[in-house]
Amino acid sequence: MKRLLMTAAAAALALAATAFNASAADKLKVGFIYLGPVGDLGWTYMHEVARQALVKELGDKIETTYLENVNEGPDSERSIVQLARTGHQLIFTTSFGYMDPTVKVAKQFPKIKFEHATGYKRAPNLGTYSGRFYEGRYIQGVIAAKMSKTGTLGYIASFPIPEVISGINATMLGAQSVNPNIKVKIIWVNTWFDPGKEADAAKALADQGADVLMQHTDSPAAMQVAQQRGIYAFGQDSDMIKFGPKSQLTAIVNNWGPYYIKQTKAVLAGTWKSEDTWDGLKEKMVVMAPFTNMPDDVKKLAEKTEAGIVDGSIVPFKCPVLGQDGKPIECKGGTHLDAGQILGMNFYVKGVDDKFPSK
Amino acid sequence: MPIVEAIIISVIAASTPLLLAAAGELVVERSGVLNLGVEGMMIMGAACGFAGAYLSGSTFVGALCGIAAGMALSFVFAVLTLGLAVNQVAAGLALTILGVGLSGLIGAGFVGQKITPAPHLYIPGLSDIPVVGKMLFAQDGFVYFSVVLVIGIWWFLYRTRGGLILRAVGDSHTSAHALGYPVLKIRLMAVLFGGGCAGLAGAFLPLAYTPFFIPGMTAGRGWIALALVVFSSWLPGRLVAGAYLFGAVSILQLHAQALGLGIPSQLMTSLPYLATVIVLVLISRGRGSTGSVAPASLGVVFVPDR
Repeated sequence: MKRLLMTAAAAALALAATAFNASAADKLKVGFIYLGPVGDLGWTYMHEVARQALVKELGDKIETTYLENVNEGPDSERSIVQLARTGHQLIFTTSFGYMDPTVKVAKQFPKIKFEHATGYKRAPNLGTYSGRFYEGRYIQGVIAAKMSKTGTLGYIASFPIPEVISGINATMLGAQSVNPNIKVKIIWVNTWFDPGKEADAAKALADQGADVLMQHTDSPAAMQVAQQRGIYAFGQDSDMIKFGPKSQLTAIVNNWGPYYIKQTKAVLAGTWKSEDTWDGLKEKMVVMAPFTNMPDDVKKLAEKTEAGIVDGSIVPFKCPVLGQDGKPIECKGGTHLDAGQILGMNFYVKGVDDKFPSK
Repeated sequence: MPIVEAIIISVIAASTPLLLAAAGELVVERSGVLNLGVEGMMIMGAACGFAGAYLSGSTFVGALCGIAAGMALSFVFAVLTLGLAVNQVAAGLALTILGVGLSGLIGAGFVGQKITPAPHLYIPGLSDIPVVGKMLFAQDGFVYFSVVLVIGIWWFLYRTRGGLILRAVGDSHTSAHALGYPVLKIRLMAVLFGGGCAGLAGAFLPLAYTPFFIPGMTAGRGWIALALVVFSSWLPGRLVAGAYLFGAVSILQLHAQALGLGIPSQLMTSLPYLATVIVLVLISRGRGSTGSVAPASLGVVFVPDR
């Protein structure tokens, strides 16, 4: 099932042109571990798009390899070791569940640099990176509240982990900034990827009066349902306008390319350090797809919100943030919730009319 | 009550792929062969069905391609288990792994493409009946076909000589062989039929349910179909009930969540499976009185003596 695809990048001519000395004439091998198939149109697809951008940018100096459909958990260790043993000097493991295996392999291969997406465990040769996706969710909330006629939003959620919870909260805070009485209906589908179930959830939400759908699952199924029903929806991970030309308002697009290029250049230059990178709209790790299917005033407001988040005048989790019971949440970041509170979010904000999943 | 109508329409759509795949597998198991490769045949049906529909522009051609893909994969299974007398469980699991991988390869070029979903067919007269008409008689062709298919299977199994022979082969292949029936040939037919049904069930997903193809889009429905066959205790009538029950629970839990009833979603998600376990317990307890048990030769390899 797992296909090993070797991508030889550029012509041998380019080698002669490089300024490196003879021993460095060998190309740097960069490896990627993917969770899903490269064609999932969601999470893995965007990592693959970034890998292609990396090849385009540095193709004369590097060679890349990827392994797709690698299951999370202990099983992934074999795949990571395989890349490490075959001369890869920089390895990106692109899903949360690869965290412990990556830590383990990083220990065994101290000379190889590792980069793990969305995790929090680091080592001298292991850095982490993730996107501030909640910033995009806040903008979506603003747009959704403007566009909804019924005042009810539909949210297809995957698993009750902090990233998904913070997405729901950011959406609600954004929506409440426009309409304090906005309602959200949440369906937990307990899967990242099941197009049929995602479509069923979207239909159920639409049948119950939600007229703007958002999702934290990976397929474009909900977008298609929105298109069929003539309601609005937001794309997830990638621009899904193709599946909802009359429905997509915008999409949160994961843009890993610049980061991959930056880190690879650092390894080439010998300046790579283990760091924790958590970038958002400002650094363009999170990008909004074009604002479509909305009147000009909503579009202007959306653009203003985006600009505000970029320049720091709008902070999604600005204190006081009220919990579901209406009491303010402890404000550890001074004027806003701190990174730990967002990355470990385990509460709903006021106005979310749903029982918190794990309590 | 538009919400009830909407729920029933969703339930019927969610149940149809399960019913199609399970109906085929029921015939396979009635002939004494356990093919665990339903998931693999379904996903192959999904990939080839979408490819066919995309290239030809016709849902019907797509459905035929799906059936052909399912049959082709089941033929591999037949060669292994009937021809070479390989262990059926192992061959079935291998078939699933093969199907999932191969479908990803075949479908790779079609990811991100769109097709027009299968049209909803209105039956003159019936579709105009108030309330019920819209719910039951404004579905797509797959739905009507699934019902006709199950009725046809019931009729074949219990009202024809061929069905009697097939059941005899499944219950005691040695006796059937001794009576001069071509056990392997009958089983080959059954396996191919099951493959075609699974392929069609898979094709339903990208052609009618969610009109696009993504690798792995069957997401375990083949395994649910296998469970349904056991759930039905190998009876077509119960199979229909089981498939619709399964579809109903999986749709209703979504609506219950959207209503904000506060029931944990994890519990709701597991409900269909809990229902299966409960029914299995009930069946095994009531086995003595109903007499409905698994085909006696199910999963047993048959090598004709010469």
